[in-house]
Amino acid sequence: MTGARSFVVDDREKGIFLLDREALVSDDVLRGEMRNIFAKCWIYVGHGSELKRNGDFHTRKVAGRPVIFARDGKGQVRCHFNTCRHRGALVCTERKGNTRRFNCVYHGWIYNNDGSMARVPGDEAYTAAFDQSTFGLKAPARFEQYRDFWFMNLDPDAPALVDYLGKATDYIDLVVEQSPSATMEVLAGTQEYDVNANWKLMVENSVDDYHLPSTHSTWLNYMANSGVKVEPPKDPSLVLPTHGLAIDLGNGHFTTDNVNFRGRPVAAWIPIYGEDAKPEMAAIREELVQRVGPDRAKRICDTNRNLVIFPNLVINDGSSVTIRTFFPDGANRMHVTAWALGPVEESESARARRLDAFLTFYGPGGFATPDDVEALELVQQGLANYSDDRWSEMSRGMGREGEQLNSDEHHLRTFWRHWNKMMTEAL
Amino acid sequence: MNVHANATVTRAEVEDFLYHEAALLDEWRLKEWEGILADDATYYVPPNDDLDGGHKDTLYIISDDRERIRQRVIRVLDPNCHAEFPRSRLCRLITNVRITGVEGDLVHASSNFSCYRYRRYQREFVYVGVYKHTLRKSAEGFKIKERRVLLAAHELGQLGSVSFIL
Repeated sequence: MTGARSFVVDDREKGIFLLDREALVSDDVLRGEMRNIFAKCWIYVGHGSELKRNGDFHTRKVAGRPVIFARDGKGQVRCHFNTCRHRGALVCTERKGNTRRFNCVYHGWIYNNDGSMARVPGDEAYTAAFDQSTFGLKAPARFEQYRDFWFMNLDPDAPALVDYLGKATDYIDLVVEQSPSATMEVLAGTQEYDVNANWKLMVENSVDDYHLPSTHSTWLNYMANSGVKVEPPKDPSLVLPTHGLAIDLGNGHFTTDNVNFRGRPVAAWIPIYGEDAKPEMAAIREELVQRVGPDRAKRICDTNRNLVIFPNLVINDGSSVTIRTFFPDGANRMHVTAWALGPVEESESARARRLDAFLTFYGPGGFATPDDVEALELVQQGLANYSDDRWSEMSRGMGREGEQLNSDEHHLRTFWRHWNKMMTEAL
Repeated sequence: MNVHANATVTRAEVEDFLYHEAALLDEWRLKEWEGILADDATYYVPPNDDLDGGHKDTLYIISDDRERIRQRVIRVLDPNCHAEFPRSRLCRLITNVRITGVEGDLVHASSNFSCYRYRRYQREFVYVGVYKHTLRKSAEGFKIKERRVLLAAHELGQLGSVSFIL
């Protein structure tokens, strides 16, 4: 056990913030995280649009737990532990599908898609003390949604999801409002890849705009080659072509909020989209202006935002909209899953443009993500020296008053302060 | 499609071409590789969980038109493409080559591949799958109209990134 010591040095007077690198390499710390964070926080499971029809299901692992994310016969979205009540086998072995029943292959126990027990073969062999009706699939203590983003919580005493999300709901709304009917859907095709690095490095990386010019110079070159203006600004405190903020949203959540320069499917044209796309993109913007007003439309179209819902959900509303989640597999590795999200009523051409824009930056074959993965793996490899080189430096921008910049480390400190609090104040 | 429509194409010719392409890719001779691409060439790696989905409504790993391929080559040859610096050492084995159709000047070929990728500290990644090539035949030989890479793994998982030309 690591004990209740602090993992950070947070000296606001001097303006110095340091992180104990043991937090990124220790198996003890990981065990503490599973108890104090993953078993206490709201953890993203899936989006309701992945379950279009009654009986649809997806199996996945959430915080190390195999679960079935399913829409039951009455249309209710559910999350079951994928574990037979008899001896514990997985009761669903397919990645996704549609079914009324989940059958355990071992002794044939059968469950309805609402999780209730359907049949125990040979039930006459049990005594009266065996109450078959109590043997439905177990479920996480809590399972709630905000705008069809479904989260589980293993802590029955957790606050309601909407209270947990708090101010972060505004940023989810900015995504959902991109659909005229406020209905977004996860698109087909999942990107699943491992990164040999501690999961918290992905949290940092997802909002860290300081790294963009050095890690992603080839992407910036690609943008420039394609006619996007990417000159760094005159203001020496900025490292990106445009101004951007880092915002603490409370409860460990935070976001960047940047003036866009990179093109957005809704709806900021760049030459990569082609001349043909201009009229349709103008129409998408006009629809937004009519529906939500010019200020809100400008907010949606002309800013991009990388949002982190503590601890491990990232919604990148940038070159496209991504949902990205990641879970530790040991202290030195994580599994990443990423999906694309789009408005349900999007035209074929707009949908194709959204997917193409996604791949200009994101994902294992994108023009940027592989270099992020490399950077995180280099960190993890370097951290093998942690006992002799103990502290990571995270003080950038600490003396700044008022608005905090996306290219500083205010938002990273926001994460680590909250993480440290949860890890050290827990029982 | 009629497999026998064009008797002038032999499997040996297609094999020679695919082996040549494999050598160019393994040896990072990517400018030369661009020389065997048609002007309308495309390069696709569909997601592991939806190999049959179309790139216009499914999130791919890679979906490049000719211009995007040109930009990808610029990127991966740049020393600031950190995922490939120092460059991975690559070795791909191609087998089970079949001509699956001929339409006019277009030849459809399917082959199985194993692509071994080695990074520093002897990290080894083995990409296994099927190449689907559409080749355009002219007097100068074949040019690649489409190359589609279907990965056999259920998910990319420990293979990590596709940061090189697979």
